[in-house]
Amino acid sequence: MSNVQIMTGNSAAAYGARLSKVQVVSAYPITPSTSVTETIANWVERGELKAEYVRVESEHSVMTVCISASTVGARVFTSTSSHGLLYMHEQLHWAAGSRLPIVMCCINRGVGAPWSIFNDQQDSIAQRDTGWIQIYCRDNQEILDSVIQAYRIAEEIYCPVMVCYDGFVLSHTMMPVELPDVDQVCQFLPPYKPHTILSPEDPRNINPVIFPWQRRDAEGVLRDGYMDMRWKLQRALEGSRDVIVRASRDYAERFGRDHGGMLWGYRTEDAEVLIAGMGSIATEATAAADLLREQGIRAGVIGIRVYRPFPRTEVREAFRKAEAIVVFEKNISYGYEGALSADLKAALYGTGTDAPVHNFIAGLGGRDVKTGELVEAVRSSLAAITAGDREKQTWLNCVTE
Amino acid sequence: MPDKLFKVHKKEHILPGNRACSGCGLSLAYRYILKALGENTILTLPASCLTVLHGLYPVTSVGIACLNCTFASTAASASGIVAGLSAMNRSDITVVAIAGDGGTFDIGIQALSGAAERGTDFIFVCYDNEGYMNTGTQRSSATPAGALTTTTPVLTKQQNKKDMMKIMEGHDIPYLATCSPSFPIDLYDKFVKAKRIKGTRYIQIATPCPPGWVFPPRDTVKIGRLAVETGIVVLYEIENGKFRFTGRSKTLAEKGTRAPVIQFVERQGRFKKMSMEQLGQLQKWVNNKWAEYFRRAEAS
Amino acid sequence: MEPKDDNISAMCKPAVGEAGRTGDWRDATPIIDHAKCIASVKNRPACYLCWLYCPEGIVTAGVPVKIDLEYCKGCGICAEECPSKAITMVMHEETGK
Repeated sequence: MSNVQIMTGNSAAAYGARLSKVQVVSAYPITPSTSVTETIANWVERGELKAEYVRVESEHSVMTVCISASTVGARVFTSTSSHGLLYMHEQLHWAAGSRLPIVMCCINRGVGAPWSIFNDQQDSIAQRDTGWIQIYCRDNQEILDSVIQAYRIAEEIYCPVMVCYDGFVLSHTMMPVELPDVDQVCQFLPPYKPHTILSPEDPRNINPVIFPWQRRDAEGVLRDGYMDMRWKLQRALEGSRDVIVRASRDYAERFGRDHGGMLWGYRTEDAEVLIAGMGSIATEATAAADLLREQGIRAGVIGIRVYRPFPRTEVREAFRKAEAIVVFEKNISYGYEGALSADLKAALYGTGTDAPVHNFIAGLGGRDVKTGELVEAVRSSLAAITAGDREKQTWLNCVTE
Repeated sequence: MPDKLFKVHKKEHILPGNRACSGCGLSLAYRYILKALGENTILTLPASCLTVLHGLYPVTSVGIACLNCTFASTAASASGIVAGLSAMNRSDITVVAIAGDGGTFDIGIQALSGAAERGTDFIFVCYDNEGYMNTGTQRSSATPAGALTTTTPVLTKQQNKKDMMKIMEGHDIPYLATCSPSFPIDLYDKFVKAKRIKGTRYIQIATPCPPGWVFPPRDTVKIGRLAVETGIVVLYEIENGKFRFTGRSKTLAEKGTRAPVIQFVERQGRFKKMSMEQLGQLQKWVNNKWAEYFRRAEAS
Repeated sequence: MEPKDDNISAMCKPAVGEAGRTGDWRDATPIIDHAKCIASVKNRPACYLCWLYCPEGIVTAGVPVKIDLEYCKGCGICAEECPSKAITMVMHEETGK
């Protein structure tokens, strides 16, 4: 008997946490993420969810509470956006270096100055070097499913996971979402077994200063220096690819929904131009691809679901036969180009795939991105490529004169 | 044997060969803090002198479970430990946050205020060595007026010491206390008492620092004692709003002869540029503070 | 084959001597004159202010009192606080160390 409810992306995220039986939730309000933790507050105060709910005084403390509660052995959850995410930046590094399986939703919102409350992905993209796994969701069902999968992934490899989705576009839009059975979720998610030991029974000092070089402990064992310890994080992130794919596949088998693992494709088999994107802009691009095909252009879409670890292998395979690549993204690395465009080109380097890559920066600060604009953008790219432009950066629907 | 004479637990939880400075006031205080708290404790501490005392990977000098955290986050780190332990049904463990004055008065104040306002069930300890000593003696809001630091190297610190005890009192918490490593039994007793109380407990320790205050290490206990004798440091506790002098300060309050503040100031190189005016203001500040404390003690 | 570090994050175990033999830090060594030390004179536990005030906790408050010179950093607090002036900080050039 399926349990489909109409709910916002934020509700879906909250249900994901509830079904995962989270034990500690820390909360601080910021538009447009606030209703995630408001929903959870309601459940906790009504006794529907047994969790410690800590109403901290800043986002820096939000992540700090997640870090220390996770270290003790509790399954933790929180959500934030934009400046909240930026405020906890040092703690994101700390959480990853601590190897804690924290799951956080980032409801994507633009960053100031000047203030924007509307959607773009600059906030989470700017965290890509911190050591967190990043999943970008297309719709509200994927948000709920990804939060649950995130705990499976995080607790297997001991790395934190950020489940990202577009502010207002998904967070506040209502869609049908199927709620999986709570017992089935319990079977999918074994209990959290911390690797950290913070207990009077075995007193340890956790995360002190570490030297650049290796050093012997009192038993004579040669222990890591900073770089060796950090290499382990890199190894874990590179190795997480298999865990992510397996979690996605197991989830699909158990619950009947497959969101694609590392990336997904739409009408790519015979595509002459491949469009790349993350999150709701990729979904919009599928509508654009349909329109382009009606106009005689064989367009396909590759949606990058997992941005970190970057799906090198999958990207090389997906774009192997590309003749033209158009990347739409809601972020910019100032002084260079969009993050996805740069990472894509780097992944294709040396593989023989030599397609021109055109980068469109779109939708910053919530500027509406219309399907028609995507269609026109692809058409103009193809024309520019014919004219010899192998690389191009265009700010879509923006005053640039 | 000493535990019978002084009525303290005899086990030393800080192991020898640690990285604290020779003659460190914090080290002396910490011996008694840990004796009072015992092993059923989880500590959390930020970047500070104490981080260094605890030691570098892969060895620690302290035999109590400890979680290091970032500079601003100490009280939030403790909040997370309390929440996690509650979720795991281990609320019997005492959670203690320990930060320096920088991590309490300055960068740590926001998280501390938040944790106290929420009535978090933990002890927050501030060891106040009146500056950022771990980074080489920079000025903090706990540095007294007239002191030289590397960021007040010529003109001395201009502002008075921030009254953190007053700020913490504004949070409606069940227990606050001041103490000094020069009076270790008074310190020990306060921690034993604090351990038994539920809710947010705040304890501030006036910790002399030989390199930062510029005096020979052998004078650490003497300087700490002079701070109390001159009335610059007052040993007291506030339990459910009731003020009470303790230890040597109680004796001074009853017999009334505080030493002049110059006896504290003249032994420390950090005060060598203190003006006569600043010295006068310090004496006045001490006198005013005591007048206020006398009124409170009478009212309690 | 040297065993590798199996920790995935930095967790330390307690041990003596994290900073090495801190006895090497000092330039003066505390020497106790047991003819003056109250515990030795009375031949029973007494005073023990040196034990009370040692920041390192390396004084053994026995009869006689003993200082662990492997780890004593030579701060001199014991000498300063001893009520019977039984402890002298002897500078190293005097002892030829």
